[in-house]
Amino acid sequence: MSAIIVEGLGKRYLLSHRGRMVEGYLRDAITSAARSLGRALSLRGKGSGDERDEEFWALSDVSFRIEEGERVGIIGRNGAGKSTLLKILSRITRPTTGEVRIRGRAASLLEVGTGFHGELTGRENIFLNGAILGMTKAEIHRKFDAIVDFSGVERFLDTPVKRYSSGMYVRLAFAVAAHLESDILLVDEVLAVGDAEFQKKCLGKMEDIGKEGRTVLFVSHNMNAIEQLCTKCLLLDKGRLALQSNDVRSVITDYLYGFESGPAVSEWSSSGEEFRNPWFRPVRFAITDGRGRKRPMPVANNEEAWIWVEGEITEADPALKVGYAIFSDDGLLLYWTFHTDLPESKWPALGKGTWILRSRIPPKLLNEGSYRVELIGMLHRRIWLFEPAVNAPGIYMTIWGGLSNSPYWMERRPGLFAPVMEWTASPAGSA
Amino acid sequence: MKKLVKLRENSGTIRAGRLAKEQEREIIIRPEGGLNRYWRDFWQYRDLLSFLTWRDVLARYKQTVLGVAWSLIRPIVTMVVFTLVFGKLAGLPSGDAPYPVLVYAALLPWQFFSVSVSESGNSLVNNANLITKVYFPRLIIPIGALAVGLVDFLVSVVVYAGLMAYYGFLPDWRIATVPLFLLLAIGVSLGFGLWFAALMVKYRDFRHVLPFLVQVGLFLSPVGFNSAIVPEKWRILYSLNPMVGVIDGFRWALLRGTTPLYLPGVFLSVGLTSIVLWGGIRYFRRTEQAFADVI
Repeated sequence: MSAIIVEGLGKRYLLSHRGRMVEGYLRDAITSAARSLGRALSLRGKGSGDERDEEFWALSDVSFRIEEGERVGIIGRNGAGKSTLLKILSRITRPTTGEVRIRGRAASLLEVGTGFHGELTGRENIFLNGAILGMTKAEIHRKFDAIVDFSGVERFLDTPVKRYSSGMYVRLAFAVAAHLESDILLVDEVLAVGDAEFQKKCLGKMEDIGKEGRTVLFVSHNMNAIEQLCTKCLLLDKGRLALQSNDVRSVITDYLYGFESGPAVSEWSSSGEEFRNPWFRPVRFAITDGRGRKRPMPVANNEEAWIWVEGEITEADPALKVGYAIFSDDGLLLYWTFHTDLPESKWPALGKGTWILRSRIPPKLLNEGSYRVELIGMLHRRIWLFEPAVNAPGIYMTIWGGLSNSPYWMERRPGLFAPVMEWTASPAGSA
Repeated sequence: MKKLVKLRENSGTIRAGRLAKEQEREIIIRPEGGLNRYWRDFWQYRDLLSFLTWRDVLARYKQTVLGVAWSLIRPIVTMVVFTLVFGKLAGLPSGDAPYPVLVYAALLPWQFFSVSVSESGNSLVNNANLITKVYFPRLIIPIGALAVGLVDFLVSVVVYAGLMAYYGFLPDWRIATVPLFLLLAIGVSLGFGLWFAALMVKYRDFRHVLPFLVQVGLFLSPVGFNSAIVPEKWRILYSLNPMVGVIDGFRWALLRGTTPLYLPGVFLSVGLTSIVLWGGIRYFRRTEQAFADVI
């Protein structure tokens, strides 16, 4: 049983020559009417003048089908059309082309606390917001206690919400929305607000909603939440449906790892001509699982990944240093490392022939993000074979997920690194 | 095993029941048309109508102590000024009724009209955040905004009662017809309110035009004077302003018929109100779909 059927959906916006949405001002309408009247009188034909409206398709030719009880994540870059899609599904705006069929009562939550009024108390706002979201008075009465309980603001129920902290405000607002009795729930990026604990509560609630057999559509930039919550994932790109699959992780991977730039670039292979030299000619440079198989991206922070360097040596030189440099996606160098970093006795011995050098990327070190890894090759203090940020072969790696098992650490934190540190506590005075 | 089978059967019936419910609830979204559910939705969202009304009234009277005072001061000051200018300076006739009572009887519907039209005219733009974030039949917003005018009206009625007691000028049976004329006033206000609300979304600077239009309307309507002073041959032309019929009706009902009712004017007002209201609803419904895109 399909809950939502979308066929050939498109939405066009007109941007006027001034670069804003077509609406306008009475004075413009009057002057342009006068101008066109003048033109008609002077019989100069229908010159288009400066009324050039520019078209912009926020969505085009999107078709998909969502079964009852599916939890669907919608991802894509800003401006990919995610919000427009939700707005059409929630009947806020009409499509320009195509058709949508929705079976069941749909409720949308595009913003937390829509219609909240600062002067009104928490209690009053529960009723107001509930009604705005489509609940009847009787329904709100019935759910009132559960809503208050979920929000955890019962002590401030009779305080005007303008005195609430932003956290309380969000909690109350989400609590109302979470108790909507709808068959289909459309949610847009509401979890971006609130503290970690509350976010977890929200995710849990949405999971419950899904388990009750209700259908959930969820737009988010939080890939962890999407992976945790969804059974299906849609990827929008420039208004088109680029991918859809029940393999949520693979869609996320493609999104993070650049579905636009073609095949993943976590591997570099020599065409045979580059970096031709007798000391170390690189053949393959890749991020692998340790046995030479290409490592699918992204790599979770707590998973293993190995740098794999394959090269040909025709003239062994003891000064050879092979390693890699790693840069964050904004170009910051994180570190260099060489195969000669340990005491000399522990260096891997390299003679003539083809060699594979491997190095484990330490887990639980790098933060979520994408990284560029560049190969370094040099003869110590003599010559660069390939120099990072100058001419070295580079590959990309994405770290995502697996940050920690803590309920308070669900998504990317600020900082370059995301090591999991140990903490201990002892009563003051004893140490 | 038996239990399992039983469970399955149960879920089967639940599903079937649900299926029927869902088919009944299928929503089709297309570029055009398909709004057969509109009035049904409107009915389903009736609680929202009452909550929005309640919010507007509460917010209006909560924010300032002046909230209530303001809805008292405005008509009283207007009454005093009009009595001085039209009654004393111009020496216009007032029939048997005292001049302040004559003016105030007209101010009741006029104030309702001006507050309601401004409130509902501005209502869509003021609720832009709702319009871009949630679906509901948009008609609810301007209709809900009328309620603010209605509350002000009730406050004014109390003042009017005091005024009548002061002048010892009590109404007769005709006062029972006031609800009919109030209904007509609601029709006029909603009709214009819907036009202005929809136009304001389209033309932002309409916001500045609206108060001006309301001001002009005040001078075109027989608020400060009795419409009986209008020469007979111009009377029907004067009645093209639908508020003329409303105001005359209020005066006739509240002032014991001391100003005779000009019936052609009332009928004209009813006819024009129907046209404005019908056109307003149609224009509103036609432009409604694009509100979220342009607001």
